[in-house]
Amino acid sequence: MGGEFDWSVIWKYREALWDGLATSFKLFGIALSGGIFFGTLLAMARLSSLKVLSYPAAGFVNLIRSIPFIMAIFWFYFLTPMIVGKFTGQQGEAVGPFTSAIVAFIMVESAYYSEIIRAGIQSIPRGQPWAAYALGMNYWQSMGHVVLPQAFRNMLPVMLTQAVILFQDTSLVYVVGLKDFLGAASKGGQITGRIVELYIFVAVVFFLICFLASWGVKKLNARLAVAR
Amino acid sequence: MTDPQSPMIDLRAVSKWYGAFQVLTDCTTRVKKGEVVVVCGPSGSGKSTLIKTVNGLEPFQKGEIIVNGVSVGDAKTDLPKLRSHIGMVFQNFELFPHMSITDNLTIGQVKVLGRSKDEATQRGLKLLDRVGLIAQKDKYPGQLSGGQQQRVAIARALSMDPIAMLFDEPTSALDPEMINEVLDVMVDLAKEGMTMMVVTHEMGFARKVAHRVIFMDRGAIVEDCTKDEFFGTARSERAQQFLSKILHH
Repeated sequence: MGGEFDWSVIWKYREALWDGLATSFKLFGIALSGGIFFGTLLAMARLSSLKVLSYPAAGFVNLIRSIPFIMAIFWFYFLTPMIVGKFTGQQGEAVGPFTSAIVAFIMVESAYYSEIIRAGIQSIPRGQPWAAYALGMNYWQSMGHVVLPQAFRNMLPVMLTQAVILFQDTSLVYVVGLKDFLGAASKGGQITGRIVELYIFVAVVFFLICFLASWGVKKLNARLAVAR
Repeated sequence: MTDPQSPMIDLRAVSKWYGAFQVLTDCTTRVKKGEVVVVCGPSGSGKSTLIKTVNGLEPFQKGEIIVNGVSVGDAKTDLPKLRSHIGMVFQNFELFPHMSITDNLTIGQVKVLGRSKDEATQRGLKLLDRVGLIAQKDKYPGQLSGGQQQRVAIARALSMDPIAMLFDEPTSALDPEMINEVLDVMVDLAKEGMTMMVVTHEMGFARKVAHRVIFMDRGAIVEDCTKDEFFGTARSERAQQFLSKILHH
């Protein structure tokens, strides 16, 4: 190592890095909304009195939560094209690393979010859905108007903390060759030999984003504590 | 649709188990239109469970419950529809804490009865005024006292124009000085001829407006008689013991 840092490499690769960061955020946004949406459905299924719903939901959540995230990403990278190929009759080339990564992320995040949301639903006293039902609401109305809004509010800090973890985890897609923020830095590093500078830059950006988000969560927590 | 002589609420030999433990045993009683029936008994006697079977919040395994001509236990019954015209008031008020008082009063009317927001608000505020809380319309439940919350809960149930009202220990969670403000609303309601089934220990309320008193013990209906019979010559020893305990302290 020469010992001299050359930070100009960051400027030189700014476009690739920016594209990478955009990919990371896109992945984050889709995984977060998909994870919360399917996580909510999974949590409701798991709390259902119907065993045909609760057993498969519990099985899925426990299975996904017990395998390493990176393995799930690998799995879906190889599996999704095969499954898509089965249905469309075509070879699976149409499914790129981004789509397979999205599938993996939504699956994994929905499992994690379902546990958070399940705890949120269970934190609501039984009298609340009772009161909703007594007014004549059906299951979906009771959930949508009464139980879930309170459950989400109670769980907001934990959900945001999970979102910060999710944002960090988006860098794992690097293993399937997807050019996210870390992937872009890595590629630039390989070409220029300035991998240390680029990785330090990535670390600083990740730190800033996650630190700010955590700080925001802490602030919000304090405010919610006062409101209650 | 229903014969005017038939009871509004008709329980026929209702039994319920939690696993192997039997919580209700052969409960049979009827509540006619305009009748006020008070259900009392020691804690754990199954009164709250019984009243929740009437609108199907608690399922039961044996017997039959007919409300306004509709069988509650029948799998084909549209329970939400049935519940929409049976008002219920809970021990812990159960107002929706994330909604303003006005929204609490309108949500059922809008989402269940399909009334317009304006119509629902008008009806809701009229009832809020009736329970003396119109000034609180924009507040949240957490900003109100227990007695005020329970009065809003009664207004919320009335906003659905119910044909009968179920009260599950409506004053048990209240500080003593707030009990009367809630009971006053209930007494007015009874005097207007509302059909009411009330689980309560408030014997003053029972004396004032009840037509009949049901006494429960260990999941069974031990006494089911007129108010005068109950307070005069309660027949069972358990009912007499219960009465002496709650009347003399």
